[in-house]
Amino acid sequence: MSSTAIGADSHGSSGHEEKNYLNATRGLKSWIFTVDHKRIGIMYLGAILTFFLIGGLLAIAVRLELFSPDPVLTKDPSLYNKLFTLHGAIMVFLVLVPSIPASIGNFILPLQLGAKDVAFPKLNLASLWVYCIGALFLIAVILTKAVETGWTFYTPYSKDSASSVVLATLGVFILGFSSIFTGLNFIVTIHKMRAPGMTWRRLPLFVWAMYATSIIQVLATPVIAITMLLMLLERTLGIGIFDPALGGDPVLYQHFFWFYSHPVVYVMILPGFGIISELVTVHSRKNIFGYNAIAISSVSIAIIGFLVWGHHMFVSGQSPLASVIFSALTFFVAVPTAIKVLSWVATMYGGSIRFTTPMMYTFSFLFLFSIGGLTGLLLSTLATDVHLHDTYYVVAHFHYVMMGGTLIAFIGGIFHWWPKMTGKLYNEKWGNISAILVFIGFNITFFSQFVAGTQGMPRRYYTYAEQYQPWQQLSTIGSWVLALGLFTAAGVLLKSIFGGQRSPHNPWGAVSMEWETATPPIEHNFHEQPICEHGPYDFPEIDHTMGPAH
Amino acid sequence: MSSSAHHDHHPFQQHHFHSIEQQSDSAKMGMWLFLGQELLFFGGLFMAYILFRWMYPDTWMACAEHLNTTMGALNTVVLIFSSLTMALGVREAQLGNNKKLAGYLAVTIFCACVFLVVKYFEYTHKIHDGLLPGNLYAYSHDVMPGRPDLFFSIYFAMTGLHAIHVIAGIVVLGWLLKRALRSDFDSKYYNPVENVGLYWHLVDLIWIFLFPLLYLVR
Ligand SMILES: [Cu+2]
Repeated sequence: MSSTAIGADSHGSSGHEEKNYLNATRGLKSWIFTVDHKRIGIMYLGAILTFFLIGGLLAIAVRLELFSPDPVLTKDPSLYNKLFTLHGAIMVFLVLVPSIPASIGNFILPLQLGAKDVAFPKLNLASLWVYCIGALFLIAVILTKAVETGWTFYTPYSKDSASSVVLATLGVFILGFSSIFTGLNFIVTIHKMRAPGMTWRRLPLFVWAMYATSIIQVLATPVIAITMLLMLLERTLGIGIFDPALGGDPVLYQHFFWFYSHPVVYVMILPGFGIISELVTVHSRKNIFGYNAIAISSVSIAIIGFLVWGHHMFVSGQSPLASVIFSALTFFVAVPTAIKVLSWVATMYGGSIRFTTPMMYTFSFLFLFSIGGLTGLLLSTLATDVHLHDTYYVVAHFHYVMMGGTLIAFIGGIFHWWPKMTGKLYNEKWGNISAILVFIGFNITFFSQFVAGTQGMPRRYYTYAEQYQPWQQLSTIGSWVLALGLFTAAGVLLKSIFGGQRSPHNPWGAVSMEWETATPPIEHNFHEQPICEHGPYDFPEIDHTMGPAH
Repeated sequence: MSSSAHHDHHPFQQHHFHSIEQQSDSAKMGMWLFLGQELLFFGGLFMAYILFRWMYPDTWMACAEHLNTTMGALNTVVLIFSSLTMALGVREAQLGNNKKLAGYLAVTIFCACVFLVVKYFEYTHKIHDGLLPGNLYAYSHDVMPGRPDLFFSIYFAMTGLHAIHVIAGIVVLGWLLKRALRSDFDSKYYNPVENVGLYWHLVDLIWIFLFPLLYLVR
């Protein structure tokens, strides 16, 4: 069944030690100026995880403050506003948006296509550097007066706020370019760099997900760029496009903002879907159920996702007719999403499931994302949304989708491709424990927020009525368990670098193309151009017993 | 580089591509995607234009009077002409005629500079009169209905962003000119010229929309 023109497995594992992408060249410069997609992916991964840590610590601080309605950490409510704004802005713009595409995507996508690199390696490096510059702006925000507007920067508050809104919006504007560069690069790479024999129907589903993601990145990000630019001009020159005091329209700002920021939640979640499609097949030893359905549903989510932004504005003075249309379109998104979840479950049915760490995170994803998705339906329903809007219910829903969905898939993906990236194996037992801790901690933290939200607890409040205290305290305690689980996961991975066992070339027995080269890969990915002769999930044992269709 | 060396390598072919055709196709697709995102970038401003023209129709009528239609029309002609010279330049690049290409590029750059000079005179006149965006608005000769400050916010935001694109165009056209003088291009490798050409046509196209929307409101 081995399909390549090379025999990667015959190299390396025995006899002479071949250089890989990590040790082919040395020195700081060989990393800073590299155009190798694998090194860029690794550097992105390091940067993103660092900001994940910072954003996470901010979240712990927010939760700690909410342990009691009285002051816990600070007596200054505006400092509390700054903490949750920075948590949101960092997690959205520096972690969730780039997370999977820029790190795992950069590393794995060209390998899965059998390409030597992405189509524009220098643009890829530029994307990393632009990301770093944008990140510096957000750090500057923290070091100066911070921001207190919430990550949405709604006008007119963002116009009048005395905090560092200019620096923050400039940072978001710059980060947009890094996102566009990555998306543009991937679209062209997927179209033009596929190995011979790799037809569109043989693409790994991760690639399909990245394709849909990239379309959104290229088409939605410029809208937030112009919005942030106008906001900058508004604060510096007072041009008044969004400021009602100058004749502008604050609702226009919301339209612009959500025209980007709704599709961008699919930039965050679609790559997670892609990872789950890979993990669920490899670790269940079964071909994917409904390949076409999953591939097409990614693209249709990307398209429908552009038409639903108004569901964030049901109570912003939007016309009732518009609200009804946006509500109906939002329900439509649930269809392709449900198709995916059902396909993953059907894939596991009758498979030989292995309880590896990536699979544990996959289970966690399926459970948490389903809750996140289904609770979203109550928010797209007009009558219930009026009650739930701007409550903890929304906070919980968003976290179930973004953390329980995207970030859990991200962590699962890191565990899955960790041996590929580092050449090291980690401790499976502790990996499993981390997944279980994260799962338990996450549910305690955020399920309690669903309850508090339905009882009317508004989001973004520094203090609250006594009746919410049990739920707030439960949530805070959960955040400690969640943090413990995440630190455990980090410890497992770090320990594997120092003293982990050497990974075999294909520890999971996967058949997609990234496993056909050495582990870790050589600098130019493949010795010879690989040829694709089968689908990405045609595991040998299935082929012999049941045939490829099942 | 023993791998995949079936084609004769063009000197400008990058190592991760199999052939110069694959490289050109990729670059061209990348450029189209870039142009797509440019449309959405400007799209935000066009949307704001539509909204405020609908909200303040009288303002738009009155303020457009203060724009210099002659200068706007002159710039329109200059840019359309530069699009023609750019297209002719691409043709020469396809034929591998670097000398003629350099000539057309020089004319295109010259037109771009003329455009900016005209724009400079328009802007100075506006600044002198105080016909400025938002808080800076200080026009005192007569009172215009609605929100003239908002009209000039839109005017300066749209034309200013367009002018930045013209300046970027001059930079990349200059880079092409340098390469044409070095005889870099031939019938197999002319994609950079083609791509800059696509970009330049888009910059012209945006102006062709801006001119009637801002200057010819009545
Ligand atoms: Cu939304």
